[in-house]
Amino acid sequence: MKFSRRNDAKSEDMKISAQNMDNRNDVVPAYKSLRRNFRRHIKERIIESILFLAALFSVFITFAIVYMLVSESMVFFEHVSLREFLTDTQWTPLFDDAHYGILPLVSGTVVSSLVALAVALPLGTIIAIYLSEFAPFAVREIAKPFLELLGGIPTVVYGYFALLSVTPLLQYFFPDLPGFSLLSAGLVMGIMIIPYVSSMTEDAMRSVPMHLREGSYATGATRFQTAVKVVVPASMSGIAAAYILGISRAVGETMVVTIAAGMQPNLTWNPTEPAATITTYIVQVSLGDLPHGSIGYQTIFAAGLTLLLITLIFNILGHLLRKYYREVY
Amino acid sequence: MVTNYFTQAAGSDNSTAPASKPVADKCVVKNLNFFYGELQALKSISMTVYEKQVTALIGPSGCGKSTFLRCFNRMHDLYSGNRYDGEIILHPDNENILSRAVDPIEVRMRIGMVFQKPNPFPKSIFENVAYGLRIRGINKRAILEEKVETALRNAALWGEAKDRLNDLAFNLSGGQQQRLCIARALATDPELLLFDEPTSALDPAATASIEELITDLKNKVTILIVTHNMQQAARVSDFTAYMYVGELIEFGVTDTIFIKPKHKQTEDYITGRFG
Repeated sequence: MKFSRRNDAKSEDMKISAQNMDNRNDVVPAYKSLRRNFRRHIKERIIESILFLAALFSVFITFAIVYMLVSESMVFFEHVSLREFLTDTQWTPLFDDAHYGILPLVSGTVVSSLVALAVALPLGTIIAIYLSEFAPFAVREIAKPFLELLGGIPTVVYGYFALLSVTPLLQYFFPDLPGFSLLSAGLVMGIMIIPYVSSMTEDAMRSVPMHLREGSYATGATRFQTAVKVVVPASMSGIAAAYILGISRAVGETMVVTIAAGMQPNLTWNPTEPAATITTYIVQVSLGDLPHGSIGYQTIFAAGLTLLLITLIFNILGHLLRKYYREVY
Repeated sequence: MVTNYFTQAAGSDNSTAPASKPVADKCVVKNLNFFYGELQALKSISMTVYEKQVTALIGPSGCGKSTFLRCFNRMHDLYSGNRYDGEIILHPDNENILSRAVDPIEVRMRIGMVFQKPNPFPKSIFENVAYGLRIRGINKRAILEEKVETALRNAALWGEAKDRLNDLAFNLSGGQQQRLCIARALATDPELLLFDEPTSALDPAATASIEELITDLKNKVTILIVTHNMQQAARVSDFTAYMYVGELIEFGVTDTIFIKPKHKQTEDYITGRFG
């Protein structure tokens, strides 16, 4: 009895599937050639070529920029020796008594970046630790978009914030502070970079597997001990990458320093003085009325090349750090 | 305290009693229920973990044995929405470790745990073992060195590790990493050691060494081990608890459970007819 019923059901199934087969045959032909489908082949090749061109384009642009910077800088270095460029302590290419020493611009860049990093790295890391290890789900869901919004504010707004709010505030505490200073620009630049550092650091920390944290908690560790002694070391490569990105942003930042740091080249390591950075100088000259091809105009390419080399060094450093601290869970 | 098991064992078969010496209670579980949000994962479990004995928790996947184990060191507190109901009385304090008044960190200070997958920290072998000691504020080099050596010896890893204490722990093999995790848990002299399927990620040779280690350790520490491997439970444990969908079906002396289980279901599971 049972057997026959099962048999019936089976034959019913077979009927249905036979019907399905019939229906399918209307759409899909029963036989297909095994030969290479020419149309499909061409379509695949076209898609592949488009993807390849898109990738090639970015590589091409990078090389084009480097080529332009190097070739234009060559014109500059025909007039100014590399030695003078690297050792002269004055940068006055637009004066009658022209000096072409990059050091004042480098010092401005380094000081403003250091101030910015002194703000962004500790704060960004603390925020990341809080969001990744302490914040309840609801808080994180609200705080993260706001933090990312901070990164979406136009840099020119930050520039005016530095000039019109932060500088007067600092002058309240340090009455001698001039109206333009590396300190004010650097502090605001630091605030601007926080989201980049915290967001990447948090991603790195959250990718640390839970069983590693549980191992720490199981020995009686607190949340803070677990975060600092296990999660941070375990995500070191990601954190290093975040820091390098922050440094690159600080070195290349233009608008805030142009507006709030003053634009005079000044060889100083004192953040309370006004100074120009490499980027501000390039803005200044690009917007000026120097004739193309003049040696003064040519200086911006040499400055640009210097900037490129500085960021390149940090990117290579970041790459090496990432390899050194490679995660092995 | 005279335990249930003695009366049970005496009633059924005297020869199955494993030890002639009296066994003291370490943890007494009373009516334990556990909830993941709305889902009830453990249903009124009552049993006793005896001091300096190995107790195995067995049962098919999803039966709640790991959930049960993780109640003992309040691991569920790390995630929101979990709820305990009932008691786990820890002796000699005679205190319910699930009580709100009890600090889970203090519980974990005294109850160690070894996980399914070896989870050494991204530190040196030495620092891995010293981790729990440093957490407790012990930073004197001499004390750390002594404790680390003792723990590594007890975890049968000293011979292999003594010349490479400053190597990164990830350079050890899987079995060595698991023994390192056992050393890490032993370094702080826990009263109770929880093992959550400690050999499921290891090859047979490493499994054998861990099992041997567990047998050696039971003179020093009370052990509660979750395993899906019944032969392992039979080999290493003195007591066995069989669980099924959140309920404790049978608990008793391992030999009794494996030779003469009282419940048909336990017998079916042990003989491999289901699970």
